Amino acid sequence: MFLQQLINGLMLGSVYALIALGYTMVYGVMKFINFAHGDVFMWGAFLGLLSAKFIGPNFIVVLLLTMLLTGVLGVVIERIAYRPLRHAPRLVVTTSAIGMSLILSNLARLLIGSETYPIPKLLAVKGFHLGNALINTTQILTLVTAVVLMLLLQWFINGTRYGKAIRAASEDSETAGLMGISMDQVVMVTFFIGSALGGAAGLLVGMYYDAVYATMGFSAGLKAFTAAILGGIGSIPGAMIGGLILGVVENFGASVLSSYRDGIAFAVMILVLLFKPGGLFNAFIYQKRV
Amino acid sequence: MSLNKLIQYLLIITVLAVVPLVVRSDYVLHILVTIAIYGILVLGLEIILGQAGLFSLGHAAFYGMGAYTSALLVMKLGFPLWLAAIGAMIMTAIFGAALGFPVLRLRGDYLAIATLGFGEIFRLILTNWDTLTHGPMGLPGIPRPHLFGATPFNRVEYYYFIVFFFLVSLFLVYRISGSFLGRAFRALRDDDDAAEFMGINTTKYKILAFALGGVFAGLAGSFYAHYITFISPDTFTYLDSEMMLAMVFLGGAGTVIGPVIGTIVLLLFPEVFRFLLEWRMLVVGVVMVVVMIYRPQGIWSADVHWPKFKRRSLALAEPRK
Repeated sequence: MFLQQLINGLMLGSVYALIALGYTMVYGVMKFINFAHGDVFMWGAFLGLLSAKFIGPNFIVVLLLTMLLTGVLGVVIERIAYRPLRHAPRLVVTTSAIGMSLILSNLARLLIGSETYPIPKLLAVKGFHLGNALINTTQILTLVTAVVLMLLLQWFINGTRYGKAIRAASEDSETAGLMGISMDQVVMVTFFIGSALGGAAGLLVGMYYDAVYATMGFSAGLKAFTAAILGGIGSIPGAMIGGLILGVVENFGASVLSSYRDGIAFAVMILVLLFKPGGLFNAFIYQKRV
Repeated sequence: MSLNKLIQYLLIITVLAVVPLVVRSDYVLHILVTIAIYGILVLGLEIILGQAGLFSLGHAAFYGMGAYTSALLVMKLGFPLWLAAIGAMIMTAIFGAALGFPVLRLRGDYLAIATLGFGEIFRLILTNWDTLTHGPMGLPGIPRPHLFGATPFNRVEYYYFIVFFFLVSLFLVYRISGSFLGRAFRALRDDDDAAEFMGINTTKYKILAFALGGVFAGLAGSFYAHYITFISPDTFTYLDSEMMLAMVFLGGAGTVIGPVIGTIVLLLFPEVFRFLLEWRMLVVGVVMVVVMIYRPQGIWSADVHWPKFKRRSLALAEPRK
């Protein structure tokens, strides 16, 4: 039972980590909580569903198309709701993000419907026994995809020029601007990557539960945000590790208190905010005045 | 109080008093009662968010707490209704203050997300504590208030009852906003470090803001429970918190009357545009984004005034800005 819970927890946690990366990257560069990110994740699941219908059972292509489409969606959202507010106070941007979140979730409900949709099978589901735990191919695929995407992101952030620009902008966007880094481009790339990762997470979650629905963004978004602050918001390795920890904690907690499953993440969030608002990886960014 | 102001106030009160005599439609009265209940609720958020600048996304939880406390006190313990309403207010004040303590260390959007988490935990407790709250089925058959006789209030009486309390709340919030308390809140909002240097005990006033806002939400919740006579956890979700947020920002945070106007606009909207009922929350979202981009200070901000008939000539003599 222990091993089973651990595997389920890591699986769920890797998805939380993928979503959390979107929060943390945007927070790093623009210093506000992108409330709409949970709904971008939900749209990612729907776009994944559409791509799977069009392309058929070819996981890699479906994944790439989903990520591309969701990334573009993220950039469009930034253009509409955040770019005009680049120099506005942070709370104004946050409010705009809340509005954007309402728009996205309601658009999905009105355009697509409020039913639960299954995702076409992209892979034959086979179960394996690992000791006395059961693990299936979808779980393995989810875990592997998430890890590969995170490694790619690590390489992108640490090994490319754009990654360097993003790191510079997270540290001090004004100075980065003075050094000739175009903030508009950095923000665009950040939103594209963050949303694309969220879209990938949406597809993976949709495949795992075989269900896509219009309200899936809210609680997933809040949990991923919890993962982001657990790791220390603004820190990329923090989001990855925070996601994994949260997934495991939630799974073990749910085996004790099953009807409060969703509450566990919120309790973790409030505890982290109370006792270690900087999270595991950094302890200063949260109180920086912007 | 100047004569002008007095006339304005009397005019508003007269109109509100005459409405049920002229309009004999239950539907219109229902909307007016809803607006008045929401008005009290949003005035609470106005204190927390508009005056003290504490970004709270958990206001629906206070509302729900007030509604459930009041309903349960009446139904399970047999409290008289007015005592239950006071109990609801005390309960929400205590929880507001209790919520104020931990969030003191948080700023801005962190506060928003922490209060959002608080609201969600509250809703989960409502859903899961079956023995007390009947879970997701909700609480039916909450008694309506009655004054002297045994017959419960009909809609017209309820209208007067609620509107009276709404006007009292409005008056109170005005007084708070104009008093030392309100100035302390606004100092906190504008710069809490500077406010602390000026000798304002930021801890005390932040907690006080949450407690005061909670009191209004508790009162509104109690009225709501005894007006609709049925409550369930679905009425107090984060969507309602976001709706209240939109009302405050649309009207103008920090202007007292602005949020009330925001409430009227956002509640009348789905009634007037019936065919857009499904799109209501979408419109709320659009309103939030558009208001933030084009008019972050809200409709009712400092550059709108009641017409001043006496000073017209003087105002014209001033140079145009």
